[in-house]
Amino acid sequence: MDESRRSFLEKAGKSALGLGWGLPLLNTACSEPGDHGHHIPLRSENQWAMVIDVEKCKNEEVRRACIDACNVTHNVPNIPDPDDEIAWIWEEDYKHVFPEQVHDHTPASVGDIPILVLCNHCTNPPCVRVCPTQATWKRETDGLVMMDMHRCIGCRYCMAACPYGSRSFNWRDPRPYIAPDSEGNLPSDYPSRTKGVVEKCNFCAERIREGLLPACVEAANSVEGGEGALTFGDLTDPNSEVSRLLHDNHTISRRVGLGTGPNVYYII
Amino acid sequence: MSDKGKIIGGLVVFLVLVTFPLWHPVAAGGDSAMPELEYPDDETECIEETEFMRANHMDMLNDWRDALVRDGITEYTSTSGQQYTMSLTGTCMDCHDDRDAFCTRCHDYSNVDPYCWDCHVEPRGN
Repeated sequence: MDESRRSFLEKAGKSALGLGWGLPLLNTACSEPGDHGHHIPLRSENQWAMVIDVEKCKNEEVRRACIDACNVTHNVPNIPDPDDEIAWIWEEDYKHVFPEQVHDHTPASVGDIPILVLCNHCTNPPCVRVCPTQATWKRETDGLVMMDMHRCIGCRYCMAACPYGSRSFNWRDPRPYIAPDSEGNLPSDYPSRTKGVVEKCNFCAERIREGLLPACVEAANSVEGGEGALTFGDLTDPNSEVSRLLHDNHTISRRVGLGTGPNVYYII
Repeated sequence: MSDKGKIIGGLVVFLVLVTFPLWHPVAAGGDSAMPELEYPDDETECIEETEFMRANHMDMLNDWRDALVRDGITEYTSTSGQQYTMSLTGTCMDCHDDRDAFCTRCHDYSNVDPYCWDCHVEPRGN
């Protein structure tokens, strides 16, 4: 063997150095994106999801019923100034909801279709990742992106992070803008919010807890011709209605290329 | 030369000022007695010992909130083993149905100003 003791030690040292540098780099490259920052489960045990039938939602009555039901159920204020507006579910034009689906020759009859939009309760929610107080988080049991108003400090990072504009900030006390019921009370027992917190759709977590469907889904079903306009269910259950609809129809969801994994789907 | 008089005089003034918070309410005829709370008629005990509740109800409400909203746990098991639904407006105010005669009276006395009701909605009929 003509390997000298000196050259052997030199090679051994270089290999050790190489391993020391290389392994951590390899680790970083192969790890999942969720490993950065605080832990976000990329998959929850269950995942509530919604399928929206665009055709049935062309009926204005259906859309109005959904939006009104949500506003009443959650004491959502109606603030006329669009800068201060609060919205959990609202409508936008097709061309703005699905900007990557339209092109120069898309007819106005398609681009202007009104689409109901709401929080997508993403599988990999960017709002959760940026929240400095964990006031918003992805619930591991059912995949809801939840909000804790007690903990929100109103920094609005989540609003900057959300690619869907699903979050609204309370620039003022919302109570004076909540339309009272016929007896002059707040329309719902659901807590109103306060100045300085961010809010958004919670997929009616308080109703799901009691085995009820979200208010918008129930409202759509109660309108003639709106039955099944909105379908809600568990995506992890292959026999659920949402799984069946996703299997049988051509569906799209918003800005999938961003990797947020939206859980609101649209039947086109 | 003696400053005895000045020193004693100064001490008296000092003591009077330092003890001001103690004697002033009495002298002013203020009511410093514990507030009289109205307890529910048809219940004899709260979900935990009264002493515990008096000292810890605020922490318990925070724990309830976290358990319910974050972990989806709806039931609270008390020390005596009984199950309660974790809800301020549902469970607590089901018995303590007069906020002014219970919550507010004690909060005023202890000079705390919780902002629960800025957002939470008091159950109807109270």
